[in-house]
Amino acid sequence: MAGRVRQIILPALAAALVAGLVLVPLGAVVIRAGGFSALRGTDLSALWFTLWQAALSAALSCLLAVPVARALNRRRFAGRSVLISLMGAPFILPTIVAVMGLIAVFGRRGAVNAGFAALGLPNVTIYGAHGVILAHVFFNLPLATRMILHGWQAIPAERFRLAASLGFGPGTVQRHLEKPMLRAVLPGAFLAIFLVCLTSFAVALTLGGGPRATTVELAIYQAFRFDFDLGRAASLALVQVGICLAALALAARLTAPPAFGAGLDRAPMRFGGGRALALQDLLAIAGAALFLLGPISAIVLRGLPALPDLAPGIWAACGTSLGLAATSTLLTLALALPLALAAPRHPWAEGAAMLPMVASSLVLGTGLFLMARPFVNPTSLALPVTLLANAALSLPFVVRLLIPEVRVLQADYDRLAASLNLRGLARLRLLTLPRLARPLGFGAGLAAAFSMGDLGVITLFSDGETKTLPLALFQLMGAYRMDQAAAAACLLTTLTFALFWACDRIGHHADPR
Amino acid sequence: MLTLDKLHIQQGDFTLRADFTVPHGALCAVIGPSGAGKSTLLAAVAGFLPPAGGRILWQGQDITHAAPGARPLSILFQDQNLFPHLSVTQNLGLGLNPKLRLSTSDHAKIAAALTRVGLADLGARKPAELSGGQQSRVALARALLRARPLLLLDEPFAALGPALKSDMLALVAEIAAEQGTTVLMVSHDPADARTLCSQTILVAEGTAHPPQDTAALLDHPPAALAAYLGA
Repeated sequence: MAGRVRQIILPALAAALVAGLVLVPLGAVVIRAGGFSALRGTDLSALWFTLWQAALSAALSCLLAVPVARALNRRRFAGRSVLISLMGAPFILPTIVAVMGLIAVFGRRGAVNAGFAALGLPNVTIYGAHGVILAHVFFNLPLATRMILHGWQAIPAERFRLAASLGFGPGTVQRHLEKPMLRAVLPGAFLAIFLVCLTSFAVALTLGGGPRATTVELAIYQAFRFDFDLGRAASLALVQVGICLAALALAARLTAPPAFGAGLDRAPMRFGGGRALALQDLLAIAGAALFLLGPISAIVLRGLPALPDLAPGIWAACGTSLGLAATSTLLTLALALPLALAAPRHPWAEGAAMLPMVASSLVLGTGLFLMARPFVNPTSLALPVTLLANAALSLPFVVRLLIPEVRVLQADYDRLAASLNLRGLARLRLLTLPRLARPLGFGAGLAAAFSMGDLGVITLFSDGETKTLPLALFQLMGAYRMDQAAAAACLLTTLTFALFWACDRIGHHADPR
Repeated sequence: MLTLDKLHIQQGDFTLRADFTVPHGALCAVIGPSGAGKSTLLAAVAGFLPPAGGRILWQGQDITHAAPGARPLSILFQDQNLFPHLSVTQNLGLGLNPKLRLSTSDHAKIAAALTRVGLADLGARKPAELSGGQQSRVALARALLRARPLLLLDEPFAALGPALKSDMLALVAEIAAEQGTTVLMVSHDPADARTLCSQTILVAEGTAHPPQDTAALLDHPPAALAAYLGA
């Protein structure tokens, strides 16, 4: 009995911390908002834009992902597995870097407009609603592709063998095998992307704006920075919470399949099909690769030569960002591990870990700002607040990653450990950490990359002096110093991926298997 | 001496009652139809299932509410008896010190136990580098090191071939005789029970019956057992 109580002390403490971190700022928002009277007509259009751009981004990502995933599933070519791995990269690529890359390709002086000009076509602009959606598709097409590819690979090879032995053509295979799979997978993929796009801030900040392309998150920022209307910011934050809650309620009816680690090693399946199908697959794969790699390459080409010219302030920002990423990752892990270990037996632990999903970065920021203002100058808290928000927002991802592994661990070894009296720190050192090393490393990598690349809360609090690397990059873009911005983007990307890689490696290395 | 005093185990609709004593040093088979509750009985004795009523006593001392690791027993499960990420030596070391802080004399004991089960020099290996039979020997060596007076076997050798299995059972009998261990052994094979165990607990129709003479029970099985044995 005493053991039971001791076991839940840590998770209960972690749950209380998370709850405090999320609910107290939300309370501050609710009190300050005092209803929705401060909202204006433009805020309603922000709500409308948030919803339809998220729906359209999700629909386009899923629609485009189907041919790409199908092609990747049935073709074998050199570089296929590299391409599939790269599909995971946008998940940790800093938003601001991707936006820069898209501007480099689709912007006024980008390759696309150069091509249009050569053909005598009018210029297109990347700024506005379509730019926001383009960026969202850039981020989420790979995610959708991986989810759908996973669905394809989950169809047992025996089914395809049976289909071949019955002489099914491509159309029949589609009807009996692929359509049912897509019907099962697509709603989950759509919803996952829809959720992510609902809280889009950095993309809207850089590519959107104006009455036609402002998300609720961006509207919060504008109410803060431009109007300094805290009541309206708080009301908008409430709207954002409402959106998140509604979306989560929707998601609860539909459990999304895991998006990570699609098995890639299935033995190649012989696939007939004609020239037309081959051409279609080639186009899908080449198109996706070009769309994903083009913007990144553009940044690298432009940024690398400018690296030596970077102002010293950038290096300081690097240090700040690395420190933030390291600390917030440690905090995330310290909260995630006890909650994940308790989750299989205590549903409240999982609930606490998922709590940050009701708040977005800017909502938390608004609440924390409102709380801090009576006591200190909020700008002096820019870094601690960013740290807390980043740790809280990574928590649901990391805990979701850990829970299935924890279940396996407990099912396999709980009895053995109990019969050997393996408890407490000894159990942590000899059993839990070694067995969970891989997901812990991977989760730490995600959390570190997310924190490194995040451009959210810091924009509310920063006085322009204290800055993270993404904020410095944003300022360079705002000052139209594009070469330096590209160089900073190279630096940020390298550091982000290095952090992710290092954490993931440490996890693999610590796994004694 | 293990006493199950009006023990009552409840799992949903499933009920199992036991009220008997197993004499000290007995080798006792536990047989009965599949799903009758043989493993459940062992799980309750080992402390993985809190009983709905009754007591479990060892030498007159109530251990009904003791933690599994604090009970005077070792248990070998059907599988997952070893931690795959720890070496053989570490797996054995856990039997001596759960914190794995091992002294020189501990290491000597581990080496001796490994030699005893015929696995000298394999201490550095991981379980995956051993055959199924060798893995069983490691688990048994750990029970040997822990030297608890009661040993529960929940068919740990079921996956082994017939020859290996009888080797292992013979080793169990030898070790039990040396250490004066009381053994409860779930078995599907009446021949095993006959050769090794003088006593047998029949688990059938919601009751674990008191230990009886194995030969007499198998020669004149009650209806429930007869159906199971196909005799």
